[in-house]
Amino acid sequence: MADEDVKLIDEKGIRLDGRRFDELRPISIEAGVLKRADGSAYLEWGENKVLAAVYGPREMHPRHAQNPSRAVVQARYNMAAFSVPDRKRPGPDRRSVEISKIMSEALEEIVFVEQFPRASIDVFVEVLEASAGTRCAALTAASVALADAGIPMSDIISSCAAGKIDGQIVLDLGKKEDNYGEADVPLGMVPSSGKITLLQMDGNLTLEEYKQVMELAMGACKKIYQLQRDALKRRYSTSLKNFEEMADDTEEV
Amino acid sequence: MNDKKELKRELLLPGDLIEDEGVKPGRGTFKRDGKIYAATLGIKTVRSGYVNIAAQSGRYDPKKGDRVIGTVTDVNSSIWMVDLNAPFPAVLHVNDVPWRVEFGDTKRYIDVGDAILVKISNVDELKKIQISMDEEGLRKLNNGQVIEIAPSQVPRVIGRKGSMISMLKNYTDCRIYVGQNGRIWIDGPLEGQYVAVKAIQMIEEKAQVIGLTDAVEEYLKAETGKVLEVDKENV
Repeated sequence: MADEDVKLIDEKGIRLDGRRFDELRPISIEAGVLKRADGSAYLEWGENKVLAAVYGPREMHPRHAQNPSRAVVQARYNMAAFSVPDRKRPGPDRRSVEISKIMSEALEEIVFVEQFPRASIDVFVEVLEASAGTRCAALTAASVALADAGIPMSDIISSCAAGKIDGQIVLDLGKKEDNYGEADVPLGMVPSSGKITLLQMDGNLTLEEYKQVMELAMGACKKIYQLQRDALKRRYSTSLKNFEEMADDTEEV
Repeated sequence: MNDKKELKRELLLPGDLIEDEGVKPGRGTFKRDGKIYAATLGIKTVRSGYVNIAAQSGRYDPKKGDRVIGTVTDVNSSIWMVDLNAPFPAVLHVNDVPWRVEFGDTKRYIDVGDAILVKISNVDELKKIQISMDEEGLRKLNNGQVIEIAPSQVPRVIGRKGSMISMLKNYTDCRIYVGQNGRIWIDGPLEGQYVAVKAIQMIEEKAQVIGLTDAVEEYLKAETGKVLEVDKENV
């Protein structure tokens, strides 16, 4: 399948963009970038640019979709028309419907949905620029936005992919590596407990290779987790400052 | 009061372990395998044996006993549906208002779009919210205006022992009521209302400034030209 002319790793083990096999692309996260949303996050991951917004918990519409015992997490992944070199036809397609679904399911694992019967928690992720690994970027941004929205949850989800290119196991595949490589495994997990909330595989791996891929991706998730925490702490570090000037409970008029 | 709880303030994120000994899990926390963790992003506080997380963002979480400002969204012959800015709508029944309302006569008392000051009398497990107006001080808000701030900023607008809110009232000659759901009712002379709204916006925007109370007082002095020093006994 691979174009034989494309060489993804050179003799020194350096990849096309100069990374080694276990290096991530540079990631920066900022929480609370949108004023009108209850919570939001902006994330840059290599050439990916992703914006996530969270609304809710709020009354769910349509009413028949409400769950009387818990909240429904509705994530929507959408790629902007200008996010890829050739214009992407706007609107949901097979791929984005799939990603929306797996993201909703991953996020429902950490949100305390039982606390909000009949409500919905809406997560909107817009991919502004795409260059491989957008579902991991989207999930990472979405869980920062959820925390920023003050939604009760058991932890924060981190996500990262690993795969196989030119017969080698590598972390965080870039655009070309994704297109011409042999396998890509996006992973979403709760770093503190090691619980896996998203796992897909494109391509083929032997069991041994799969184990290596998982180990690599899980290690990277822990690094990303730290970046997510830093982003949230940066956003709220100032909240502590005049805490002493605040009313401490339900104080009068 | 400086009680023994002068701990280091700590910002916690969801999933952070709370290591304090001998405390019970309170608001914004959860317990798993005998350990207590933070469930929401917020500042840790310990009071009467419970650890709570004071949320720094998010929607209003209705609690029994809170006094809130609602807007009426629907009326039928025996109830009013009220929006409290919470995830769920609230119900005000004709039995819970201070008047004797004939069946089907509800609209004459409170109509759609009216703002009312109510108390949350109950929130059940299904998060059905019951509210009541049959208590001292609760009423329909006829004049003035209602503005909205983030519910997490309510304690800042009230201030330590009500210092901020009483200052606002004294400088602007307005009647102000801060609902726990982040809605604030302001009534009084127009210029006063204007200054009060600006000051509240300033509190919300500059929430992180140290000495916020002084900064707001500075602003109020400049805007109203008033000098009030008598108010220190309130603190």
